[in-house]
Amino acid sequence: MKHFLSGIALAFGLLVGAMPVHAEGGEGALMKSGADVRDQASLQRGARLFFNYCVGCHSLKYMRYSRIAEDLGLTENEVMQNLNFTGAKFDDPVISHMPAELAKTWFGKDPPDLSLEVDAKGADWVYTYLNSFYLDPHSPIGWNNTALPNAAMPFPLWELQGTQTALMKPAKDGDSAAVEKLVLSQPGKMTPAQYQQATRDLTSFLQYASEPAALQRHHYGIWVVLFLALLTFLLALLKKEYWKDVH
Amino acid sequence: MANEVVDHGRRRFLTATTAVVGGIGIVSAAVPFIKSWEPSARAKAAGAPVTQSLKKVELGQQLIVGWRSLPVFIVNRTPAQLKVLPEQDPRLVDPKSEVDQQPKYAQNGTRSIKPEWLVMVGICTHLGCVPDYKGEIKPEPFDPKWQGGYYCPCHHSRYDMAGRVYQGVPAPKNMQIPPYHFVDDTTVQIGVDPKGATA
Amino acid sequence: MSNVFSNIGAWVNERAPGMMPMYRAHMTEYYAPKNFNLWYYFGSLAILVLVNQIVTGIFLTMNYNPSAAGAFDSVQYIMRDVEWGWLIRYMHSTGASLFFVVVFLHMFRGIMYGSYKKPRELVWLLGMLIFLVLMAEAFMGYVLPWGNMSFWGAKVIISLFGTIPYIGNSLVDWIMGDFLPGDATLNRFFALHVIALPLVLLLLVVLHIAALHEVGSNNPDGVEIKKGPKGNRWDALKPADGIPFHPYYTVKDLVGVGFFLLIAAFIIFFAPTLGGWFLEHDNAIRANNLVTPAEIKPVWYFTPFYAIVRMIPSFLGTAVWGVLAMFSAIAVLFVMPWLDRGKVKSIRYRGTGYKVALGIFVLSFFGLGAVGAGVTAEVIPAWFGDVDLTFWENLFGRLMTLLYFGFFVFLWAYTHFGWEKTKPVPERVTTHD
Repeated sequence: MKHFLSGIALAFGLLVGAMPVHAEGGEGALMKSGADVRDQASLQRGARLFFNYCVGCHSLKYMRYSRIAEDLGLTENEVMQNLNFTGAKFDDPVISHMPAELAKTWFGKDPPDLSLEVDAKGADWVYTYLNSFYLDPHSPIGWNNTALPNAAMPFPLWELQGTQTALMKPAKDGDSAAVEKLVLSQPGKMTPAQYQQATRDLTSFLQYASEPAALQRHHYGIWVVLFLALLTFLLALLKKEYWKDVH
Repeated sequence: MANEVVDHGRRRFLTATTAVVGGIGIVSAAVPFIKSWEPSARAKAAGAPVTQSLKKVELGQQLIVGWRSLPVFIVNRTPAQLKVLPEQDPRLVDPKSEVDQQPKYAQNGTRSIKPEWLVMVGICTHLGCVPDYKGEIKPEPFDPKWQGGYYCPCHHSRYDMAGRVYQGVPAPKNMQIPPYHFVDDTTVQIGVDPKGATA
Repeated sequence: MSNVFSNIGAWVNERAPGMMPMYRAHMTEYYAPKNFNLWYYFGSLAILVLVNQIVTGIFLTMNYNPSAAGAFDSVQYIMRDVEWGWLIRYMHSTGASLFFVVVFLHMFRGIMYGSYKKPRELVWLLGMLIFLVLMAEAFMGYVLPWGNMSFWGAKVIISLFGTIPYIGNSLVDWIMGDFLPGDATLNRFFALHVIALPLVLLLLVVLHIAALHEVGSNNPDGVEIKKGPKGNRWDALKPADGIPFHPYYTVKDLVGVGFFLLIAAFIIFFAPTLGGWFLEHDNAIRANNLVTPAEIKPVWYFTPFYAIVRMIPSFLGTAVWGVLAMFSAIAVLFVMPWLDRGKVKSIRYRGTGYKVALGIFVLSFFGLGAVGAGVTAEVIPAWFGDVDLTFWENLFGRLMTLLYFGFFVFLWAYTHFGWEKTKPVPERVTTHD
């Protein structure tokens, strides 16, 4: 009986805990991002990359510059001079200045807001996406991506990574040719290891932007858990004491 | 039947300890809920300091800017308006601005940092209406000897050109001067005290 | 100090003489069997979660904006701009899932120890009504953030009513107040979620507890303590195997509360989405009536029932059968007191057939959950490679559906025809301390 019950409990625990399903936006295995929102230096580097390469088209409409400064340990001056290139006020949200009309003509669609990108797609997906651009002569924009085939975005970080080209698998019957792997055809300003670190930083920053509260969660969580452990211990003693009456 | 010895001391001690620790838990758990009523980041952003250029404010003209959802009057006072200010003292409720309605650095005859620039929250201290700017020194229907100032349309309270309230009107206090400072000669920032000054 | 309290007590007592007897009847002189085990924590925990949902819910409404244009933004406003808003929201979202965890366990306890059997049928029926209202409450709450899963979840669930012959389509439009889920839908769901259904829930909970205290609690032995010998150390006329609810079960339940809060805090602070199970990632995308999420699945607690809909094919030109089956899966629980004619209550003294059947029933419930949550769609290709997924998933899901309903058929036949070989039930409760 006891085993039967604990079996059920275990099965339930496994079902709930051990099978994280994540909606993935593309095919193929994802790379491990290694993103960590608790690494403040990484967040700062990621923020710098975001504001240098991404904010031209993408907004973070739920993030305020002031919040970024506070959470990333930056001063108002540092943020306003090094990150804010749009002339927005310190308390304003991060809004790209690209006119929507222009974006439509260039890319055929609005560049999406990235505030919740990691929450929606997962850090690993974002990291993989940033590492999976390759030159594709068949694409109207010249670039393609294995994580998001026919992505509308040209590769903004090509100066850093260099250019990758795809080695194609021969077409199987019915299927069209598929990408087998990507090779670096022309190196960029960064070594592959540096580029991976840079995209990891950028992913960390976007993960932070998805849920800035994560920093507070981790900060307070440990104390709440410890306090509840103490309370539970006391309650258990109290119960034991009272139940001495019960035979 | 109750023949077992119950250690009442231990029982009471454990009950009290658990109650205290549990009480601390409940109070701490209430803190986030109480704090959630504080002005949010959005409200604070809307209440952030406002920077305003004064270049286009002509002599005798009033400009109204929003700060924390309040109207802030900025007036470029004329020499004539400034000249009559001391003459009003006998007719005022609080001519020396002794009631705490302004920062220390604006507790003076003109209630301002620079005499010509009046920066003031344009809310009548009676019931919160926005008084009309009646800056010209000329007879008005409500006062044939009007020396320039503010007239509240709601309950006819009157103030002089430094926002000081006249005697015999419903409003009890002078209008409020917000914290502000001059970034440079022609730019004012509302919401921040001058460097080194305290309210 | 104690003088002050007794004076206040006397003052109240003089003006409301009925209060003290009521307190005694439900707390200090409510005699509960002394042999409650782990499974008996979940009732009080359900009340705790209900209180949590009400308190956090009230605070969420202070900043939530129930409009199609503003709902999604207002949730992010709560998560980022409102001080501690993130904690309040995570307490509410985690509480919603944990509500179902404790309610499922509470219901399973009732089945396992025969708590629905005479004289507690009314307690069970009221409990089932609570479960039904809770499902409606959870569904409408799930729509409020107006993410893409909220939107499509609402559309799919409401469309279930569209399968009803003749009136289906107009019923769907009536529920939505529009031709797609929109402002009207969101507003009525908001009103129902924050006030109408909570009131009903509270009323049902009070009735559930009142009905329970009329007949007294069952216990893991399924022994009626009221029929046993009388006289305990507190009262010479009360059941010998009963102990006062207060203080004994209040302190015991508080230990359960402590453990439960530990688990809840761990989820809230370290894994609030629980890998997509408690908060779904597709809901981080704003509702979009042009793009359906790659895979529509309900939150985990609906998945077993949702799977049944998917597993029943349409025939005779209508898809109503799947919906009927889903509602039957819940309805059949209502009639459990009359399906089960077994002579003993507790699983401890029931026949082997019952134990095996109950085990299979639990597995079928998890199996259906796995189908509904899309776990099988991931696991089958991963374990068995390039196979016909639809075929195997349907086969598995239909087998699970059959086992789910099979349990009730078996239970009826097994007890009706006297096939069950029970063990002798002891006179008094047994304790395992």
